[in-house]
Amino acid sequence: MYTINTATEIADKIFEFWIDAPQVARNARAGQFLILRIDEKGERVPLTISAVDGDAVRVVFMAVGKTTEHLATLQAGDTLADVVGPLGKPSEIREYGTCCLVGGGAGIACTPIIARELKAAGNHVIGIIGSRNADLLILEDEMREVCDELFITTDDGSKGFHGYAADVLKRELDHRTIDAVWIIGPAIMMKVTSAATLPYGVKTFVSLNPIMVDGTGMCGSCRVTVGGETKFACVDGPEFDAHQVDFAELMQRQRIYTDQEKLAAEKFAEHVCRCGEGGHCHE
Amino acid sequence: MSDRPAATRVHDFAEVDQGLTAEEAIAEAARCLQCKKPLCVGGCPVCIDIPAFIAEVAEGNFAEAARLVKEQNMLPAICGRVCPQETQCEGVCILGKKETPIRIGALERFVADWERESGATLPEVAAPTGRRVAVVGSGPAGITAAADLARAGHAVTVYESLHEAGGVLTYGIPSFRMPKDVVKAEIEQVVRMGAEIKKNYLVGRSLPAEELLAYDAVFLATGAGLPSFMGIPGENLPGVYSANEFLTRVNLMHAEKFPAFDTPVKHAARVAVIGGGNVAMDAARVARRLGAKVFLIYRRREEDMPARLAEVHHAKEEGIEFLTCTNPVGIIGDAAVTGLECVKMSMCSLDASGRPSPEPETGSEFTLDVDMVIQAIGTSPNPLLVSLIPGLERGRKGNVVVDEDGRTSIPHVFAGGDIATGAATVIEAMGSAKKAAAGINRMLREA
Repeated sequence: MYTINTATEIADKIFEFWIDAPQVARNARAGQFLILRIDEKGERVPLTISAVDGDAVRVVFMAVGKTTEHLATLQAGDTLADVVGPLGKPSEIREYGTCCLVGGGAGIACTPIIARELKAAGNHVIGIIGSRNADLLILEDEMREVCDELFITTDDGSKGFHGYAADVLKRELDHRTIDAVWIIGPAIMMKVTSAATLPYGVKTFVSLNPIMVDGTGMCGSCRVTVGGETKFACVDGPEFDAHQVDFAELMQRQRIYTDQEKLAAEKFAEHVCRCGEGGHCHE
Repeated sequence: MSDRPAATRVHDFAEVDQGLTAEEAIAEAARCLQCKKPLCVGGCPVCIDIPAFIAEVAEGNFAEAARLVKEQNMLPAICGRVCPQETQCEGVCILGKKETPIRIGALERFVADWERESGATLPEVAAPTGRRVAVVGSGPAGITAAADLARAGHAVTVYESLHEAGGVLTYGIPSFRMPKDVVKAEIEQVVRMGAEIKKNYLVGRSLPAEELLAYDAVFLATGAGLPSFMGIPGENLPGVYSANEFLTRVNLMHAEKFPAFDTPVKHAARVAVIGGGNVAMDAARVARRLGAKVFLIYRRREEDMPARLAEVHHAKEEGIEFLTCTNPVGIIGDAAVTGLECVKMSMCSLDASGRPSPEPETGSEFTLDVDMVIQAIGTSPNPLLVSLIPGLERGRKGNVVVDEDGRTSIPHVFAGGDIATGAATVIEAMGSAKKAAAGINRMLREA
């Protein structure tokens, strides 16, 4: 069993958990993920490792489906049946010169750990974090502390630059040299934003989030086409060269279980209303 | 036969073969000729004293029979169910020349099931040696080695990356062929002998390679879990699965009980399963139980299929339609699978494995109307951990190279099962694990 040390809603429907998982925390590097399972009936959910502190790891997730809604009902002191990790290859950290980290929505949570390691490797680090509106912006203080420069964007202009992270990224690329870019967020955001770096020939990484089962290279559920070749995101990634990724295929494969996911979420919502016990009741 | 009727069993995941009753077991055992030079023992990869245990069954001494089996094999309820006996012990039984061979597998299973239900006794465990041994992987090879190493008195830690132990016995073989309580009970015996199982540890990631190598001895049994794909167009369409993924979703994650369990699996009306091995039969029979009309596509003839005879027989009884001498060339679909393009194959000269090499017939292309495709064309050794251990020699197919004792290029690291041999059977994995465990015991005794 793995204890949740703290559980906090840091923005509307976005939750931050610190989980006690020594074998993950002691070995985790930037860019890696873990897989957790809430209970005996749970599915295996991959989440990027967002920070590490001693024997605890931080994950951030948005409550958007049955499992994440259920997870959101858990509180400090509750336990998870399983946590395994760190999984996947670490980010390619080295001295590039100037690096830019672009985070979109809940994907912002994946950026500070990479920023920290890039900074430690001697890079000048620029952060660009964007969300739909000011209320949904997460980890701003942490990114401000770790990055040399931080830009904020909101779709509605309620904070920072009015527009998308891609716009600020393009603006910066136009007037200075950036040697490596990480873009982490929803698939569509990664697709659009990485298209912005293509004309500049900048090395660009994206962290892919396809559907996984075991997360150790045994099932192929997470297969993605990168540079015309099939790769398993769980062991060959999750970070890949953005300009080689077949995003259309990724997004198609992310939708495989849309109908079932909807059914599961509806049933869970109904159940929560009826018994008032949230995720704790398993009748 | 003691099989449940096909018409009933295709609606559930309960065990198909109901096993022998005590009376049937005694009668079957009484047929044994008790050969002076028993060929069956030589046909068994773990050298069980088959005539001796059968003699005890014939006398009704089931506990003693179980003890004799477990001297060589700590997983008899598993082996009795999934060994390809027709090519091993039963294949060489002298009675098979004139009539039917002794049903050794059924007797082994009977003895193991009897013991599990009446309370298992454990083999004696030697006094602690103070030596620490790490076993990586809790599948058939890992559990077998852990049992032999624990019995020798070593402190054994088994690392498992999934949330359940058992490897392919848990995620791969469906419950209608391998009930999960049987797997759990046999593993539990090894735990009671003193082996510790640490789940949720992906060695190489959760436990760094240098910490692994700090053990007095290491046994690598990470298996052949990397699924092969054919490399045909349309392979990444929604609705195309590796057999590993399809079976894991059901066997390990219980997707057949969605939404009571959270992991989903696609339910299709018409499913094509590609392959002719045991895994293909398992995938086909699971798809059938999820309600589909299932086609099994194999590029050679039925007699060339590597699957156990019993699995082929069961699959056919359950209404799986076999399309042999047929090879898929492409998967059709836009947002989802709508068909499988195939070509008929004609059988030509024999290849290195003694099987005919199939050649496509020109103009024989046809499209099979299906909405799901499962590829069960084989797996290769898991590359992850072995690539993270510096100095570990690997073969061309990604397997770990070992000598006849199971020793790798690193002196205190041994390997067995599919990671060393490439994909093979449960019992072959166990045989190589026993050899490696003996090698480790020898090394630790002499050191």
